Amino acid sequence: MAEPAIEVRSLTKRFGDFVAVDAVSFEVERGRIFGFLGANGAGKSTTIRMLCGLLDPTSGAATVGGHDIRREPERVKRAIGYMSQRFSLYGDLTVAENIGFFGGAYGLSRRALAERLPWVLGLAGLVGRERSLTRTLSVGWKQRLALGCAVLHEPRIVFLDEPTGGVDPASRRRFWELINGLSERGITVFVTTHYLDEAEYCNDIRLIHAGRIVAGGSPRELKTSVIRNPILEVACDRIVEALEILQKEPWVLETSIFGMSLHISVEDEEEGRRLIAARLGREGIAVHRADRIMPSLEDVFIHKIEEQAGTGEAGEARP
Amino acid sequence: MTPLSARCLRAVVKKEFRQIRRDPRSLMFMAFLPAFMLLMFGYALNFDVKRIPLAVVDGDGSRASRGLVDKFRTTEYFDLKAVLPRTAAIDPLMAREKVRAALVIPAGFAEDLLAGRSPAVQIIVDGSNAMSGTTAAGYAGAILQSYSQRITLQALARRGLGSAALPLQAEVRVWYNPELRSAKFLVPGLMAFILMVIVTVSTAFSIVREKERGTMDQIRISSLRSAELILGKIVPYVAISLVSAHLVLLLGQVLFGVGIRGSYPLLLLAMLLFLVGALGQGILISAVTRTQQVAFLFAVLTTMLPTFILSGFVFPIRNMPAAVQAVTYLVPARYFLDALRAVILKGAGFGAVWGQLLLLLAFAALSLGASAARIGRGDKEPSPRRRRARA
Repeated sequence: MAEPAIEVRSLTKRFGDFVAVDAVSFEVERGRIFGFLGANGAGKSTTIRMLCGLLDPTSGAATVGGHDIRREPERVKRAIGYMSQRFSLYGDLTVAENIGFFGGAYGLSRRALAERLPWVLGLAGLVGRERSLTRTLSVGWKQRLALGCAVLHEPRIVFLDEPTGGVDPASRRRFWELINGLSERGITVFVTTHYLDEAEYCNDIRLIHAGRIVAGGSPRELKTSVIRNPILEVACDRIVEALEILQKEPWVLETSIFGMSLHISVEDEEEGRRLIAARLGREGIAVHRADRIMPSLEDVFIHKIEEQAGTGEAGEARP
Repeated sequence: MTPLSARCLRAVVKKEFRQIRRDPRSLMFMAFLPAFMLLMFGYALNFDVKRIPLAVVDGDGSRASRGLVDKFRTTEYFDLKAVLPRTAAIDPLMAREKVRAALVIPAGFAEDLLAGRSPAVQIIVDGSNAMSGTTAAGYAGAILQSYSQRITLQALARRGLGSAALPLQAEVRVWYNPELRSAKFLVPGLMAFILMVIVTVSTAFSIVREKERGTMDQIRISSLRSAELILGKIVPYVAISLVSAHLVLLLGQVLFGVGIRGSYPLLLLAMLLFLVGALGQGILISAVTRTQQVAFLFAVLTTMLPTFILSGFVFPIRNMPAAVQAVTYLVPARYFLDALRAVILKGAGFGAVWGQLLLLLAFAALSLGASAARIGRGDKEPSPRRRRARA
């Protein structure tokens, strides 16, 4: 196997007494879309900033594109593109001027820039709007332009820190198509998000909670390996009341509300279905449906966090 | 260290120029505010005392007393505003600042003079403004002195001693500023003061703004190095502040008659070194602060007071206590001001100001070097653990 694009060993960052990132280790294969998932403040941005050379780690080691982040920060910088959660562009420059500036800052020649300009404009969907001031663009456009600027110099690895924050669902979807496109060109994409549904687009995922990685694998692996007990999606009347009743039953392992239905984790599918119908029936609550479902990543995440920290807290990780 | 990349530098310069162009307010601030401030300060900060409103109480009413009053009236230093019947009438006028000085000639003035007794003439001065009060008293004293000399000579002549001469005749010549106009002294000082404040404040925003917007991180990821960033940011500001400095020079000449006696290239060199240093100070402030408000405060505090008080702009450094004098060596405007006054007023050459220029160069190198080091480090402060490991 080829050398991994990113290799992280016991990377730790402390701010005073606060441990933002706690001995995190993982590898990212080349050309993959690697999702770093967690709630706000879980340590995602801190990890990215360390890998990009913007922040010194307290301890641990990492290589990015084969370069040690401590010893060769300049080589790391040349190998990567970075897009922050704020889509950092100059609002008082036009689209073309932003691209021109970042091209120059990456040391692109005029000719290389002239070749890349239409590509970035096409990627961002901004052909014909080169002369618009960037601050007049909608958030979705800014986001795509920021991505374009981050990959102007054709880096082999791109770090995207919360690239979809505050962006409407349609733009988010388009953005993930762009990320897929980058991956198809062989670019390694390291992306953080707190939208768990976005993790489905990733080849490989790590869940980070309170500075620690709590689970990892492909979305499919996570859903099948982490949670072995069947999960039943229960559609019934008075769901809040039903949830409270079921939470007290010893044979119910985990519960949560998903939209208009309940997700109930039980030991056995058949027996669980029967017990739920019987228990709720006694309270006069009609069960319309109780189907076994593939656990969502959210289920996995909640399961993992509750496993770690008892109960509570997990709610903040939801979108 | 590898040489600076022209591509990176050009990208920053272009970007800065564009951003400045799109922000006409800060452009106006930098280009025209100095000239405007010179206009305001130039007229307001005037230490020349002329046409002091004067009241006269002539208790004698003789030819001799009228002669003395005429002496006062014919100079441009005093302006006879009121002739009063008695001394008590002075107070209400002076309280309302209708007059600022009064001359009281006692009854029997002429008689005393003729008899060879020394009559006491009273000068009353409004001391509530110490500066103009002292000057008024000085002028009045000088007029009385010269008047009394003449009387003495006349008396001697009458006694048949012929034309006696005074033992010492001082011939005072004032060089560089023969009319002793404070404008000549103040305009170079104002130039240094205004440029220092405006230029530092303008660049104090430059890096901290990028930090606030998050573009600083983007720049730090790029191959742009801190030296390229700083130089690129400074070039447009040097150009604008040079234009601004020339506007001030022009205004100083047109409105206040302060022409350049010395060499213009030398003056340009002094301005360039000073402006780069001041820009560097602004950038340094920008590099160490986190918000634009704090940067602004820092910039104003570190330029306004030191330059006003400690540069020799208004208060002569010679008269300061030794400890304060020592501090003035840390104020770059001091050297600029010395060089400006030397070149503009005295027409001094390179030989007279090279020391100042060297110190200005050192100031520029220091402020820019410190900025580059600070920006290069970014927020990568070593954690306590690593520091221990190094030790």
